[in-house]
Amino acid sequence: MTMAPESGTDQVGSPRLRKEDARLITGQTEWTDNIQQTGMLHVAFLRSPHAHARITSVDTSAAMQQPGVVAAYSGADFADEQGSLPCAWPVTEDMLLPAHPPMAVDEVRYVGEAVACVVARDAYSAADALEALDVEFEPLPAVIDMESALAEDTPLVHEGSGQGQGSNKAFEWPMAVGDVDSAFEGADIVLTRRYHQQRLIPAAMEPRSVVCRPDGDAFTLWSATQVPHIVRLMLAMTTGIPEHKIRVIAPDVGGGFGSKLQVTAEEVLALLLARRLRKPVKWTETRTEGFQTTHHGRDQIQDVSIAADSDGRIRGLKVDLLADMGAYMMLVTPGVPILGAFMFPGIYKMDAYSFHCTGVFTTKMPTDAYRGAGRPEATYAIERIVTELADEIGMDPMELRRRNWITHDEFPYTGIAGLTYDSGNYEAATDRAVELFDYDGLRAEQRRRRESGDPVQLGIGISTYTEMCGLAPSRVLGQLSYGAGGWENAAVRMLPTGKVEVVTGTSPHGQGHVTSWSQIVADQLGVPFEDVEVLHGDTRVAPKGMDTYGSRSLVVGGTAVVQACDRVLDKARRLAAHMMEANEDDLEFSDGRFTVRGTERPSTSLQEVALAAFAAHDLPEGAEASLDADATFDPENFSYPHGTHLCAVEVDTETGQVSLRSYTAVDDVGTVINPSIVDGQVHGGLAQGIAQALFEEAVYDTDGNLVTSTMADYTVPTAADLPDFTLDRTTTPATTNPLGAKGVGEAGTIASTPAVVGAVVDALRPFGVRDMRMPCTPQRVWRAVAEAREAGRSEGGQR
Amino acid sequence: MPHIRVTVDGVSYDDQVEARRLLVHYLREQLGKVGTPVGCDTTNCGACTVLMDGQSVKSCSVLACQADGHDITTVEALAADGDLHPIQRAFHETHALQCGYCTPGMMMAALDLLRDNPDPSDEEIREGLEGNMCRCTGYVNIVRAVREAAAVMRATTAAPESESRTTDVPQQVVREQEPAPQAASGGASS
Repeated sequence: MTMAPESGTDQVGSPRLRKEDARLITGQTEWTDNIQQTGMLHVAFLRSPHAHARITSVDTSAAMQQPGVVAAYSGADFADEQGSLPCAWPVTEDMLLPAHPPMAVDEVRYVGEAVACVVARDAYSAADALEALDVEFEPLPAVIDMESALAEDTPLVHEGSGQGQGSNKAFEWPMAVGDVDSAFEGADIVLTRRYHQQRLIPAAMEPRSVVCRPDGDAFTLWSATQVPHIVRLMLAMTTGIPEHKIRVIAPDVGGGFGSKLQVTAEEVLALLLARRLRKPVKWTETRTEGFQTTHHGRDQIQDVSIAADSDGRIRGLKVDLLADMGAYMMLVTPGVPILGAFMFPGIYKMDAYSFHCTGVFTTKMPTDAYRGAGRPEATYAIERIVTELADEIGMDPMELRRRNWITHDEFPYTGIAGLTYDSGNYEAATDRAVELFDYDGLRAEQRRRRESGDPVQLGIGISTYTEMCGLAPSRVLGQLSYGAGGWENAAVRMLPTGKVEVVTGTSPHGQGHVTSWSQIVADQLGVPFEDVEVLHGDTRVAPKGMDTYGSRSLVVGGTAVVQACDRVLDKARRLAAHMMEANEDDLEFSDGRFTVRGTERPSTSLQEVALAAFAAHDLPEGAEASLDADATFDPENFSYPHGTHLCAVEVDTETGQVSLRSYTAVDDVGTVINPSIVDGQVHGGLAQGIAQALFEEAVYDTDGNLVTSTMADYTVPTAADLPDFTLDRTTTPATTNPLGAKGVGEAGTIASTPAVVGAVVDALRPFGVRDMRMPCTPQRVWRAVAEAREAGRSEGGQR
Repeated sequence: MPHIRVTVDGVSYDDQVEARRLLVHYLREQLGKVGTPVGCDTTNCGACTVLMDGQSVKSCSVLACQADGHDITTVEALAADGDLHPIQRAFHETHALQCGYCTPGMMMAALDLLRDNPDPSDEEIREGLEGNMCRCTGYVNIVRAVREAAAVMRATTAAPESESRTTDVPQQVVREQEPAPQAASGGASS
């Protein structure tokens, strides 16, 4: 395997403009909702208005009489064929895994759960006919709050489901390393905090949409999905339709952030409706429907204790987690908090660590992967409590971090949670961030404002994060009871004219894989960037793949591309040697040409070799008439991006308004293929992490209605809500893949939330404020200040 | 059903539409103008923004019959004969899009912003695009793109002899709405 590109065309590391853009900026797009098929019918779902209810009757007869209506069905009409939506991650052997019919048959368990559907000639007719569906419900008690859900005599979400009777507990997952008791007993300081990870809505800009067309006994299904390969496999396993009869296409996909890493009820039902009606069908969610029924993220209560010596050395960490599963286990619902289990210790050395997670059922939309999936929650907890520990000791929070983090000369380092961090340099990233941010200058200003009693206080937040990404080593996934592997596949084909087709199993939806993969291939093969075409997102075109999530595409999929290029070059070298009447060992390959070492003989281009392979007039013994290869890469370890993020906020203590004054992010994501794309990933990641800290929360009322079901209520930040960001990078290449890449999709989101909340708390520390519930809205901030003043804890004295 | 006459991207249409049909659905489903996507149903996200007589409107909150007698411009008309409009080129060159779903609406809203204010500050760009959401970019490069497009468009306006087809859209807009914006007086970049 080549460590560095042989050709020296230097595409890798260059901010190439994206190939993807030409269609996207001219409206020549193929979103799933754009797809039209002759005779296509439109589906609309009647959804439960109750958080929990028994379905006593469904009458579709009046709806059937509506103009343009072709069919109307209840869940019972599909009971024999719809199966149960899959959960690929049963985290424990005794995990409660209730049946999850795509359309409810007997009982509904969250507002928005599909109960019946109408199929009509157009979307307006279908929506109209929903009014004529007659469904009777017998309401059952809603179960909203996790702690109440675990209390005795609480109504059950899954009564009589056969397992775990008498409890809404889905599973318990414990882990302990080292002597936790003695670490805490002998410690000078033990600090305990409760952190709330509010429920979030991923809110990709493109709503979900699915189109399914019957083709004889086979089906083509277009879906706004991140995971066409997983959808194909799971549709086959769920419905019993043979896998080779299902083709799944992810056309242009408008963002995902984990929300499209799912196998949905609507995908299963589109397939079954197309089969039953022998017609193409389309369903596209409205935004409110999407907020109610596209999976949510986060929603944990974290009880965290840290033990330390008086000089700040961390001895141990205990985490007790309640994780809200919502009403059902979806694709990786229970696995999300378990991914987090390994990240709570962060970048810090300690003697002992324990983690215990209880998964809890409630009558709300299921949670599942949302940008970072488990790791933002863990990073938030450790970064917040380490900052509070510093305050308790009276030490600068940066100094406390320096005393505890893994130093650059200690890598590779196996941390307390068992992960082996292969590379990193926390000192370098932090030094750079401190310099760019003007840490000392801002601290001085903070002191001045505190002393003068300025109503607008300055706060500084710190996040020195790492994360595990590049999901994932198949062996490790197996050990964690995940149902599949974490490899990735690529194929590289030299065409007779010397152009190159690259087939990747990753499935981009905004990440720019077409551009980045072209850069990698251009360097590896010494061909022009423009001569490379990247194919993806169609199980017929790219039959092998594990898709895009978990910051895995470059680290795993990009490496497969490199390996496939290496194999093409191995083949080409043999052909070239034959063509040039030279020994293979005497050939050198550079800038796309083979030369015979130490001679002046004319060189042969890779394109000439490709044409000769195609013509096949004179091939060496045993060689094939093609110049292509594929490769599957399975990483041996996760990758570990890290960095230091510093945030300065101004908090108006009279109004509670928080203003982001500056934000500096220095990230180490290993080797960078395209710096523009990497910067863009960080920008967007920061926006989402900041949104959790300041703006967003999915709120259910006590009856289980999603109160924040529109974009007017669920406040995704706009341009006016966010600042510019100061970015820089340090680079310690990953040692576990030939590119040296670590992944960047989730880093910004993982890092930023604790930096922002830490800054808000830091601003209010003189008032005695030590924590803030997210999102830190003006109302919450104002109340925190008012309550702190009332409690007389203000150190501000005369204020 | 109401009868409407409407011009969309330079083509006139004479159609019967349901009274309740939204403009965006008329564009997408009746005319096949799927370059304009739908992102929400409450006018918050701005993905469906088009120009109506040069002013930006969210086409999910305009009835098709309200477009009767009006001139609609969508993203599909921005580039002419393969020449990208300066706003398109700026979005491409500054990496101001990732998934691209918000991009058509964002660009159309930006054009309306630049019609009102040909030389906006970053702050004015951020405030001016408040009605358009992007979930991918954190808006950093969108602000850059609008700034850079503004500079190019000011330079083009200042030199009418070099006027090209690519600036038809904003200039047409300007003609119909109000006197031409003041030419940029000095430094083109901010």
